[in-house]
Amino acid sequence: MTEGHHLAPSRSAIDAQLRAILGDVLGLDAERVAGFDSDTGLFGHLPELDSMAVAGLLTEMEDRLDIVIDDDDVDGEMLETYGGLLAFAEGKAAAA
Amino acid sequence: MTPFELVDWPCPAPGGGTREEMALAFDKRRENRLLVLPAWFDEANKLRRLTVEVMRRLDLAGIDCVLPDLPGCNESTAKLADQTLASWRTAAAAATEHFAATHVLTVRAGALLAPEGLPGWRYAPVGGRPVLRAMLRARTIAAKEAGRSERTEDLQAMARSEGIELAGWHVGAEMFRELEGAEAPPGLAEIEQAALGGPALWLRAEPDEDAAQADALAAMVAIGMAGA
Repeated sequence: MTEGHHLAPSRSAIDAQLRAILGDVLGLDAERVAGFDSDTGLFGHLPELDSMAVAGLLTEMEDRLDIVIDDDDVDGEMLETYGGLLAFAEGKAAAA
Repeated sequence: MTPFELVDWPCPAPGGGTREEMALAFDKRRENRLLVLPAWFDEANKLRRLTVEVMRRLDLAGIDCVLPDLPGCNESTAKLADQTLASWRTAAAAATEHFAATHVLTVRAGALLAPEGLPGWRYAPVGGRPVLRAMLRARTIAAKEAGRSERTEDLQAMARSEGIELAGWHVGAEMFRELEGAEAPPGLAEIEQAALGGPALWLRAEPDEDAAQADALAAMVAIGMAGA
């Protein structure tokens, strides 16, 4: 097997992927999503982001970031802000 | 804009006989006739507008299109909880025959119902397991938000024996067990989301539309049917 084949994606790559997924879920263009900072509120702050939309978001994160998200991973803190979600995705990708 | 018609069609009922189900149809008795099998559950809502917009475009391109209600969905008087993969496959096959479809376009999990031998396309097909996974996840997240704890494994075990309500949809035990292993049958040409040049509308938190995506999907089907 080629060395480095399973290198985890870089933090900026994860950040870009996550913004793209959120743009798709929320129907926002890249410019709007680029304006998200770590305090930008998500679940509980955006009425349209209901449990079904969050479920789709997490499933899409699994597909695009090649991670597995367990029941126990999902909590209010991780979903509440963009910073929380990004930190979670980075932790998962590093452990994968 | 050409109006569509809402028509009844005879769908086989469990235990024999038929039950009237509804279909949304652009039907001018033309030669090219497309059966459209919709996305399921929550995705059915998210993709309804795209689906019908594609049909409007195909109608203008000289293609008859019919979108049947699956038993237990939309205007159907059947209970969703009573439906099985087999009952929906029977319904899809009956609709094919009743409307004399020459081709089929399936949307997302609609691919699981593709009638045998009918040529056509499957747009962004998805297997049964991911469909259940997303809805189970929505349920555990909603429970957590309400201060209750539900485990996916426990929900799966319950669903296999008693059926389950997921995101407001009543999935019967047999349907749940069937979906855990259901894969789309081969035979249809696949149209991936990337070919539509935009983000997947089933991911959208609220139902939306995208004229460019409808144009792209309709063009692929229309060109394919013209050349067939």
